[in-house]
Amino acid sequence: METIVFFYFASVIVVTAALVVGLRSPVFSALALLVMFFHVAGLFVTLHAEFLAVIQILVYAGAILVLYLFVVMLLNLKGEVRFHHQLTVGLFLGCMVFAEAVLLVVKGDTSSLGQNFSPSREPAQLMQGNTESIGELLYSTYLFPFEIASLILLVAMVGAVILTKKGILEAKS
Amino acid sequence: MDVPVSYYLILSGIVFSIGLVGVLIRRNIIIILLSIELMLNATNINFVAFSSYLGNLSGQVFVFFALTVAAAEVAVGLAIIIALYRHSASTNIDDFRLLKW
Repeated sequence: METIVFFYFASVIVVTAALVVGLRSPVFSALALLVMFFHVAGLFVTLHAEFLAVIQILVYAGAILVLYLFVVMLLNLKGEVRFHHQLTVGLFLGCMVFAEAVLLVVKGDTSSLGQNFSPSREPAQLMQGNTESIGELLYSTYLFPFEIASLILLVAMVGAVILTKKGILEAKS
Repeated sequence: MDVPVSYYLILSGIVFSIGLVGVLIRRNIIIILLSIELMLNATNINFVAFSSYLGNLSGQVFVFFALTVAAAEVAVGLAIIIALYRHSASTNIDDFRLLKW
């Protein structure tokens, strides 16, 4: 059963990822990416990461993709030449990277990973919800990176405002 | 745990490769940013799969940070795209060669 669910999610993820790259219109690419985000969230649920599944839908589908669609509509893009002239080189490099990943997985021994550790994780997962455990970890071990993340968001916010504000870039150029 | 962890690794390898190919072959800057999102999602799948199979929640916390960085990247990236579009009314990557000798 779990295998069937995994293959459903995996096949939809791969097909929609290919559509994101292959479709001509940026709006359709963004919508294909939306479908992919939902299926990645489903994959997270099967991996017992419920908190991240919800965050994935909220942040990616709810915020990031809406921002993309907003910009696409703002710019009013026309149809244009789809692929770069380095198409063959790009495809070749992508195949090489994928072959490398497959080689690493096949050569490395990952088959023992699930068996060794799964008994120890069951009690902790059952005692506490996923969100509580992540929150405890986030506010104890990873407190400093958490603060840095808030700083990154602040910098991004200020940077986005300054970049899109009229008059600053034009005055210099 | 019916599904071996290597399946997740292969899946994330496929998605990462598609994202890389998208960055290399598309001309539209918006699609290139979308392909970068694909690659970030591939790493997220990897993180969550390993976190689940090793019984260690640190991987999920790292996905949380990756999400934060992705949100920041999208905000700044789209701001740059808007500034570029205002500059030359195009989102074609070949039109921008200001920093090229």
